[in-house]
Amino acid sequence: MKSSKTMLAILTAAGLTAALPAHAQVSYKDMADALHAVMESDRTVYTRMVVNRLQNEEKVIKASEHFKDDKALPLPAQMFRFGAEMVAEKKMPFSYSLQSLWPINKQNMPKTALEKKGLEAVANDNTKPFYGEETLGKTKYFTAVYADKAVAPACVTCHNEHKDTPKKDFKIGQTMGGVVLRIPMK
Amino acid sequence: MAEPKSRRIFWILWGILSVTIAGYLLVGLLAKSAATNPLLAPARQVFLPGKTSHGHYQIELACESCHKSPFGGREGLQESCERCHGQELKDAVDKHPRSKFTDPRNADLLEKLEATLCVTCHVEHRPEITRPMGVTLAGDFCFHCHQDIAKDRPSHQGMAFNTCNSAGCHKFHDNRALYEDFLAKHLGEPAVLGKVTLPARNFHEVAGSFPGYPADRFPLNPQTAPDAPADLMKSQEAVGDWLATAHARSGVNCSGCHQVEKEGAKGWVRRPDHKVCATCHEPETKGFLAGKHGMRLAEGLSPMTPGRARQPMHAKARSAELGCTSCHSAHRFDTKKAAVEACTGCHRDEHTVAYERSPHFALWKQELAGELPAGSGVSCASCHLPRDEYRVSGTSARRTLVQHNQSDNLRPSEKMLRPVCMSCHGLGFATDALADSKLAQRNFLGKPAVNIKSLDMVAKRVKEVEETRRQKDAAAKK
Repeated sequence: MKSSKTMLAILTAAGLTAALPAHAQVSYKDMADALHAVMESDRTVYTRMVVNRLQNEEKVIKASEHFKDDKALPLPAQMFRFGAEMVAEKKMPFSYSLQSLWPINKQNMPKTALEKKGLEAVANDNTKPFYGEETLGKTKYFTAVYADKAVAPACVTCHNEHKDTPKKDFKIGQTMGGVVLRIPMK
Repeated sequence: MAEPKSRRIFWILWGILSVTIAGYLLVGLLAKSAATNPLLAPARQVFLPGKTSHGHYQIELACESCHKSPFGGREGLQESCERCHGQELKDAVDKHPRSKFTDPRNADLLEKLEATLCVTCHVEHRPEITRPMGVTLAGDFCFHCHQDIAKDRPSHQGMAFNTCNSAGCHKFHDNRALYEDFLAKHLGEPAVLGKVTLPARNFHEVAGSFPGYPADRFPLNPQTAPDAPADLMKSQEAVGDWLATAHARSGVNCSGCHQVEKEGAKGWVRRPDHKVCATCHEPETKGFLAGKHGMRLAEGLSPMTPGRARQPMHAKARSAELGCTSCHSAHRFDTKKAAVEACTGCHRDEHTVAYERSPHFALWKQELAGELPAGSGVSCASCHLPRDEYRVSGTSARRTLVQHNQSDNLRPSEKMLRPVCMSCHGLGFATDALADSKLAQRNFLGKPAVNIKSLDMVAKRVKEVEETRRQKDAAAKK
């Protein structure tokens, strides 16, 4: 009697398992797109609702690269970079950075061949991301590059007027750089 | 054939001796208490693989302080490095944080320099390769990643690989006073900025607003009668000293320090230690324990004494044990004495000995004589134990207190520029003065004989940028 009950339980469990959809494996591309959606949204909110509003529209406080010394707001790019550094400290299985073909800080130039290709691709067509695979060190990565567009007047005025900028004619809506997101592949 | 009896005895004794020595060494290695036990310390000393650097020699027998796990490897050591130095690096806005090197795009840099770990550049127990700041890498480490800097900064064309640091321009970690825009902001400043005074300490004013301030023990009302039990109050001098202090004026009676709670019961302690002071002076105590005066106590060792120091010290002070009262003296807590005499009573290096001939000391004497307002003089503490302002968590109060980690703004000395030198001097003069090591030895008697070019380079660049802007504006108007 007991063994038949056990058998019934096993069969029921097996039937339920078969009926339920298997856990879908999230693709590298979908994961990268999802992560970028959060990054892009947060950064746009900060740029429009904090920096552009308080600095350019209401003129309450400035945003500055030296925000501590100047008692100012961190720049949107810095806010983004600090987030990336915090993620790196948490040793998450992905990394991201903000780069440009026209960076103010030369360290944010593309370094790898794929970064360069990706940034050029999104500069030419900022409606779709660029995806690729590359091996860095001994690890193979899924690399996605997303266009980073000027979303507010603060973006273009600061970049065009910065003494270290190599490009002084950015316009709103134009691609200024790209978010490079990497996921190590298994 | 049987061994002669004498030989057997020899072997037995040899065996016993070997086992005893091995046991002694093993206990020395494995027992944590060996670091503080004078009998076992020599056994532990045997296992030191080499002389430790100036930063760690005081705690070299507390092996466990850095080597938390015998099999922790370099990552295990990293945790220990960050435990003591992590916050300092964060405060310094470290220019080469770990995250910069863990980014996969920098995998090529990582192959050149494994900069995710402190021990890549700061190896301990290797005196033969240890250079200033405890750096054990060859002097060309900047070059590996920045060899093409002249492409970005033409002004750097032709500069030798070993000038990045020596030119007073760049530091690996802390560049808070060395970045271009900061230098530009302080161009053309005079050597002396004018009459300035140190910010006054304001603990008494803000203490009442601290969340959780133990007002029942320290009621913030002036105290006039000591509350120590009569049989314990043997020194009227101590009572007189106490009555003259800020402690008495701020509600800290004898019991506030001497009646200490231990395991649920209160008992009278004749010589309260730094933990008691920390009840009210927590940030100061934290600083003291983080610096060279208190780091032995922080690691559970006996207090530091001048006799253990590697720097020249007065022989008469050799055995003085360092705690809060060794500088502040119990009951009297004379901050003026703590600011100079407490230092010169032990330290005997050239810089300290030269202090009494320095212009800084002349100002200090004038302040003591009442000829200048409070905070006008420059004591040892003005520079080495500077006053910091910080926001008290949970309140709007801002507290000005003394940074008691005297190592915090040393090594490299450029760390002093912003919190200390620039309070009174222009950046250009201060940078030159700090770069002139002979002038520092003379305790800044005279003028700098060194001229750091970084400010001139920035001035030139500012001019170029302004000229470009002027031309652009002119073209736009046409």
